[in-house]
Amino acid sequence: MLVFGFWTTKICNTRNCFNKIVLIALFSLTFHCNGFASIVCPDLKKILTKFDSPSRWFMLGKKCKVPAGARERLKEAIAISEAMSEHAQKQAARYDLLLPEDAGFLEGDEDEDTNTISQADIADAVDITSGSKYFNLHLSQFGPYRLDYSRTGRNLLVGGKKGHVACIDWQTKDLKCEMNVMETVNDVKWLHTEAMFAVAQKRWLYIYDSKGVELHCVKKFNDVLRMQFLPYHFLLATASATGFLQYLDVSIGKEVAAICTKMGRLDVMAQNPHNAVIHLGHPNGTVSLWSPNQKESLVKMLCHRGAVRSLVGKDKIGDTALYMVTSGLDRKLKVYDIRAFKPLHSCFLPAGASCLSLSQRGLLSAATGEIVQVYQNVLGSNPVSKPYMAHRLRGQIWGLAYCPFEDVLGIGHGEGFTSMIVPGAGEPNFDALDTNPYRSHKQRQEWEVKALLEKVQPELIGLDPGQLSKVDQASFEQRHKEQVEALGFDPLAKDKFKPKTKKKGRSSAGAIEKRKRKVAHEDQRDEIRQSVQERTEREKELKEKSNEKKLGNKSTLDRFRK
Amino acid sequence: MQNENLVQISFFNQLMLVHPRKKQNERSEASVQVSEYFVNAEGTGDKVNLSDLLGTVEKTSGASNKTKKQLRNLQSSKETLELPLNKQQTEKIQRGIAYEKTTAEVSCWKNIILQNQKAEQMVFPLNQESSGPKRVEQVVAGWKVQTPLEQEIFRLLHGSRQPVNDPVLTPVEEQSLKAMSLEEAKIRRAELQKARALQSYYEAKAKREKKIKSKKYHKVQNKAKRKDFLKQFDEMVKTNPEGALEELKKMELSRMEERMSLKHQNSGKWAKSKAIMAKYDDSARKAMQEQLQMNKDLTQKMVVPSDDEHESIEEGLETVPDFVNDPETVIDPVNPWMRGQLTHEEPEVSCVTAEEVQTAEEENEEEEIIGEFERKRKLRQADEEDLIPTEEEHVVEVSDKEEEEDEEEDVSEFNTLFRLMRSEKTREGSNQTRGGLNTAGEEDEEGLLSEGQIRVRSIEDLEVLDEVVEPRAIEEPSAPQTAAAEATSEPPHKKKREINLKEVLTKEAKAVRLPFLPTVVDEEERDEQISIIKEAFAGDDVISDFIKDKSRQEAAGRPAVVDLTLPGWGEWGGVGLKPPRWKRKRFRIKTAPPPPRQDQKLPDVIISEKRTASVASHQVSQLPFPFQNTAQFESSIRTPIGSTWNTQTVVKNMTKPKVVTKLGAIIEPMVKEDFIKSKTTSAGGKGAAIMLGENRRAKEGTKRSKKREKMTTARSNS
Repeated sequence: MLVFGFWTTKICNTRNCFNKIVLIALFSLTFHCNGFASIVCPDLKKILTKFDSPSRWFMLGKKCKVPAGARERLKEAIAISEAMSEHAQKQAARYDLLLPEDAGFLEGDEDEDTNTISQADIADAVDITSGSKYFNLHLSQFGPYRLDYSRTGRNLLVGGKKGHVACIDWQTKDLKCEMNVMETVNDVKWLHTEAMFAVAQKRWLYIYDSKGVELHCVKKFNDVLRMQFLPYHFLLATASATGFLQYLDVSIGKEVAAICTKMGRLDVMAQNPHNAVIHLGHPNGTVSLWSPNQKESLVKMLCHRGAVRSLVGKDKIGDTALYMVTSGLDRKLKVYDIRAFKPLHSCFLPAGASCLSLSQRGLLSAATGEIVQVYQNVLGSNPVSKPYMAHRLRGQIWGLAYCPFEDVLGIGHGEGFTSMIVPGAGEPNFDALDTNPYRSHKQRQEWEVKALLEKVQPELIGLDPGQLSKVDQASFEQRHKEQVEALGFDPLAKDKFKPKTKKKGRSSAGAIEKRKRKVAHEDQRDEIRQSVQERTEREKELKEKSNEKKLGNKSTLDRFRK
Repeated sequence: MQNENLVQISFFNQLMLVHPRKKQNERSEASVQVSEYFVNAEGTGDKVNLSDLLGTVEKTSGASNKTKKQLRNLQSSKETLELPLNKQQTEKIQRGIAYEKTTAEVSCWKNIILQNQKAEQMVFPLNQESSGPKRVEQVVAGWKVQTPLEQEIFRLLHGSRQPVNDPVLTPVEEQSLKAMSLEEAKIRRAELQKARALQSYYEAKAKREKKIKSKKYHKVQNKAKRKDFLKQFDEMVKTNPEGALEELKKMELSRMEERMSLKHQNSGKWAKSKAIMAKYDDSARKAMQEQLQMNKDLTQKMVVPSDDEHESIEEGLETVPDFVNDPETVIDPVNPWMRGQLTHEEPEVSCVTAEEVQTAEEENEEEEIIGEFERKRKLRQADEEDLIPTEEEHVVEVSDKEEEEDEEEDVSEFNTLFRLMRSEKTREGSNQTRGGLNTAGEEDEEGLLSEGQIRVRSIEDLEVLDEVVEPRAIEEPSAPQTAAAEATSEPPHKKKREINLKEVLTKEAKAVRLPFLPTVVDEEERDEQISIIKEAFAGDDVISDFIKDKSRQEAAGRPAVVDLTLPGWGEWGGVGLKPPRWKRKRFRIKTAPPPPRQDQKLPDVIISEKRTASVASHQVSQLPFPFQNTAQFESSIRTPIGSTWNTQTVVKNMTKPKVVTKLGAIIEPMVKEDFIKSKTTSAGGKGAAIMLGENRRAKEGTKRSKKREKMTTARSNS
């Protein structure tokens, strides 16, 4: 059995080491041999992406009720589908047991803020391998640096503003390639695998392989400032200084869409991993949402009074909310519920955040000048008051990124690169079929083929990712109308209740009317009945509660009390 | 030897077949006139008419009256026979029948077809054995002979009638055991013949006797039978007590029946007529008495002699027997005066019976009363469980005693008393509730009383009531609070649609305390910064820009009014002339307003209302068959089937093919026997015996032989 990367360190009562610090840096403990990973993890794909409230996660939409006068076939179809979905949910819930890993955390002593604990202390406290995840790369020549971690979290790509590009296996500190493109580098981004990365240089967009060989120079994409890669669509979205948002399909090398946003220079960009919508921040304080299928923005929202400096999107599946965090020139940090387009809370950062990043488990890191602050529980409804962790660096911060499946935050700044330990940042359980940090060369190849086969078409990008599972209402209605015209009647209409003719004077007009009235407004009646029942139940509960309260502190003399 | 036996059996069977036994229905005397020269050649060449033949039938004594009558009717009837139906009609009828038959035949497929249609997965070929290890017997049983060589071998094997597995006897041995020798067969046949002859004689005799109309004869015979039976019964008691018990039970049953029926009660038509005659006719009187006697005899209880002799004696001692009261048996039955009391007895008896009836009624009444008492007592007890011990209970007890004392008291009286009591009690109860409420210090008494449903009787009840009542008291103060809350939450007048954007954006933001600030930001500096920012963005008012943008979007979304007015049409035209009001009103077509925008309530958001058609090509635009609305269909496809979202087993389950065929297997059409057989086997679950190949034929063979055996036995019995 091979033991890789994660392990646990529990240091309690280490007073001799630190002053009254109880530090528990609980990194995930996993023994992975390849076989185990591939046996357990295939079934966990869905479960893995969720982090909280497992019971709710497995619920897949609403159950459909069988209508009263349904045909036999319909009843069967509904019953079968319901049974199947229930089975699927149950199975998924059962397999949830196979996710044994817990996230790490950092706990301070009484009267001690965790944000005063320095990285050096943490690195000392944890084991050597974990400690080695805190390191600095002093690259003062070509800074400041942008950075990007590959999806598996193994490889790091750094790109200095002055042309220095390097990719490193950061855990083994194995330098894959290093070069100077002799041009301004605006952004760097890994493509779907570790074998390719895109570099947005002064004029064009370049694509290199992991050896540093230039593969493409995409001249259609000029003056690119920011890039985002949509992994399931194989789309590289670029935002340029000329105000163009362009999509490049890296699987076929075609430009999918080029949208002129007419919003000026686009240097703030993020993606919503939930629906692959691109968010752009603009100097007039608005954030606009884009899909490649629409020439105008899907949504435009006014977030800040000043220009938007940074934003980051986050999906939190299993909860109803999807989040977006923005920071602006007005030095505010705002958290939005992106489904309702409503701000959840905002806080004032004295220096304003220039860079933002969200970890897999929802830790927010914000770069305020030279300091990186990490906030916990940002995505709740209650506002944050103080940072969870903080780390001071030398030089302006340009890039921030959490490493997937690791409790590590990468910081690109003017003086080079810093890897910072943030306990509890990474998701401890990974899906080996999707993103396996330990995958072999062969496994990577297999994954690539499968991922390409399962590629999601860019047409499906929209605000509602579940659009595909819905009936195209407009064309459905159109078709239905045509059908009604052709047939002369509505085939889907519910036929009117026709009372049976009965004998022995029971089919008199009055009796028929009575029978008709019995079934009239059946749907409404059902609804009313349901609501009434709910209300009565609620009242009952309240009553019981109050009764319990009474009984709890009741004495015999109570009855004489007025 | 075997062959011989077989020959014998077949011979025997043939004998049976050749002389099937005719059932003798009527007794007929052999005629003397029959001669072998009966048929003569007289009238040859003439055609024999039906009427000629019928004439002779009249004379022959052998023909039954019934047939004669029928023939006579036939002769006398003038009607011609009906024409046979024409071809079309007969064909129609035949077709109808044929249709029914075929539908019946075809409809037996309906179930299996429906089942297969519904099945999530069909596996062909249909009757596949389940994979996995099987028992040896199953393997052997399932094996079929296929090659000609095998077939030949099996024919040989079965032909020799050698056992395949080892039973106790080989089939040949069994057959030989079953077979009998010729003599035995003959003897047995003779015996059977004799028995049959005897039976037929007996039957004939019985029939003849049955036809005898003499009542006396039957009476005598019945009497004799009864005597016989009694004798037998006595014997039976000794020899076969169980049988006797059975008989006794039968007698008891007959006694019960007698008691139930009005037979022998002098209540029939005959008896009434006799009663009229009884005054004058001695025999009639006798007959009536006889009938009564019969009734008495039949309704007499059987005395079980052995077990309860003592008891019966004791009973006899204690209770004076009926006949003591009876008058002495009259010597001269003819003299009415001598019978004296008997004539008086009748009214007496009737009066006694009336009394008895009355007493019985009384008894019934008493029972009823008691039942009622019990019922009411239960009711009261149920009530009393709630009650605290009060005077009422004493009252009840007293009344109970009273009841016990004079149970014969009139029911109605009691009822009135009881009713009175109840009313009293309820009044008291209500009084008590009032009192209780007063003590509890409840303020709105009337309201409670008006509720009426809750009747307080004890302290516990009171407490419960307290609980019930109190929430209201608590709720009342809370009500204004909630009202106040509502008032605060609800704006005094509805806000306009345009929420002030500035307010939204300048919402109070919480400042974050930092552990170490990069540079100490003083308040002054901060203010300075703010002012700088304000200066920097003085030109572009972000918010107003946004509002403008939004209003523009909204305006674009609104449908334009189509103006179809033609200026100058039907009126003066020219520069500067406006079309009149009515025209504008009439020819400007306003389309219905679009549905409200999604961002109607979000002041700082513009949501595009454009419909993206890109997904439409991938979407379903037609409802698949069984679904009636989109919600049903959408919910049915809401569960993803891919392995990304599901466990492996679920994916396999969800994506299993509708039809699975075994590679290389011949799929034969479904045979009727297949599904019918499967049903029966599943029901019975038998077939443990091993049968090697050709088992169907073997089974059929056994069936056939069994049938033959049955036939023979039936014949031998008849």
